Amino acid sequence: MEQVVHLRAAVALLGRFPALAGFDLDVARGEIVLLRGPNGAGKTTVLRACAGLVPVVRGEAVVLGHDLRLDPRPVRRHVGLLGHATGLFDDLTAADNVRFWGRACGADAGDIAAAMALVGLDGRLRNVAAGRLSAGQRRRTSLACLLARRPELWLLDEPHAGLDHETRDQLDALIGRAVEQGATVLLASHELDRAESLAHRVVELAGGMTVAPAAPAPGMSRAGMHASPTAPREAPDPSPPEVTHVA
Amino acid sequence: MWRDAALVAGRDLRVELHSRVTTNQVAPFSVLVLILFAFALDPDRQLLERLASGLYWTAVLFAALLAISRSAAIDETDGVRDALRLSGIDPAGVFVGKAAAVAIILLGLEVLLGVGVVVLYGVDLAGAALVVVAALAATVAVAATGTLYGALVSGLRVRETLLPLLLLPVLAPVLIGATRAFEAALAGVPADGWPWCGLLAGLALLYAVAGALAYGTLLEGS
Repeated sequence: MEQVVHLRAAVALLGRFPALAGFDLDVARGEIVLLRGPNGAGKTTVLRACAGLVPVVRGEAVVLGHDLRLDPRPVRRHVGLLGHATGLFDDLTAADNVRFWGRACGADAGDIAAAMALVGLDGRLRNVAAGRLSAGQRRRTSLACLLARRPELWLLDEPHAGLDHETRDQLDALIGRAVEQGATVLLASHELDRAESLAHRVVELAGGMTVAPAAPAPGMSRAGMHASPTAPREAPDPSPPEVTHVA
Repeated sequence: MWRDAALVAGRDLRVELHSRVTTNQVAPFSVLVLILFAFALDPDRQLLERLASGLYWTAVLFAALLAISRSAAIDETDGVRDALRLSGIDPAGVFVGKAAAVAIILLGLEVLLGVGVVVLYGVDLAGAALVVVAALAATVAVAATGTLYGALVSGLRVRETLLPLLLLPVLAPVLIGATRAFEAALAGVPADGWPWCGLLAGLALLYAVAGALAYGTLLEGS
């Protein structure tokens, strides 16, 4: 199966300090992989490294066929990062924000309108300045910006944070639909019940930088490690995920 | 690059349109500077007329500092810089777009200040062609340099105080050139002003090319 993310003994720096040291990760096309670990484990750094925003200085780092160590810029147009920051301009309306970021990534008017509709950004809400939106509404606007660019690799950092229950369900459905259409998802979350039911595999980050071998998430434990993007998902298994820690 | 530049310029101008910072704060401030100059030098009307060009461009530079600082701040909020890097927009396009938006705002302020100089300082307009060309060239130079230095200090805690310290010395040749060109135009000897226009055009080109080439590195490094 095509590898979308391949990190092997990857070392990444934040300033002068190593944020990842010898990190291994392989993600195949169509997979949803959950990064799990305590605060400071390096989950956000992994996502930002895969987006080409944090330099990988040693090891192997290939994302979507592009070697991040040679030049991270070609990969950026093909990934969508939903992080803690929203990337919104407070003085522009929600619709203006989505239009700007959509057009910046080459999306046409149809893609942009569809993205806004998918996250329920319609009616009065579209014309409200982003600075006046609630945290959840800003998150939805940010998600619409991501959808408009139709990324091949979704990098989601705490994607459920700040969202109400209904919007969380909508987000999970959107992720599922994107995967059915061939996208790959790497997410970090502390909301383990929801995230583990969504993911095909769980990767544990421990001891700050060290990663445990990937194990199937509860929902995929019988379906195998690499589920087909179009295969129907099994019901979540209530048993805890099998994750091996590496000291 | 030009498509990206138009997109970024449109965004920055739309932000200004919605926030009204230029109309409600920068424009009143720059007119206030002109009025304060008049208070300081009045009742010597002749001195005001003689110094009008220099006072005008000093007021323009003060207004430019605010407009440039505001322009840089747009890209510093809430992950916008990362989003720009991920968008695949040509960094040179970002630079050209931001500089163009600043230039358009500055041109509006220059018209306002020009009216102020005529009304407050009693200056008679002459040499319109030289005035327009000199103003355009100086505006491009100020906008390009300001956009470049705005990106340079971006992300620093002391950026608001550091920006004028770095920028004003670099803009001194622009101030001198524009003032001399305006003086020649207002004195009715435009032939003396065109060489200064050439200098301004050269500076505008130099700063614009340097900015377009360096902006990508600054965007990555911040």
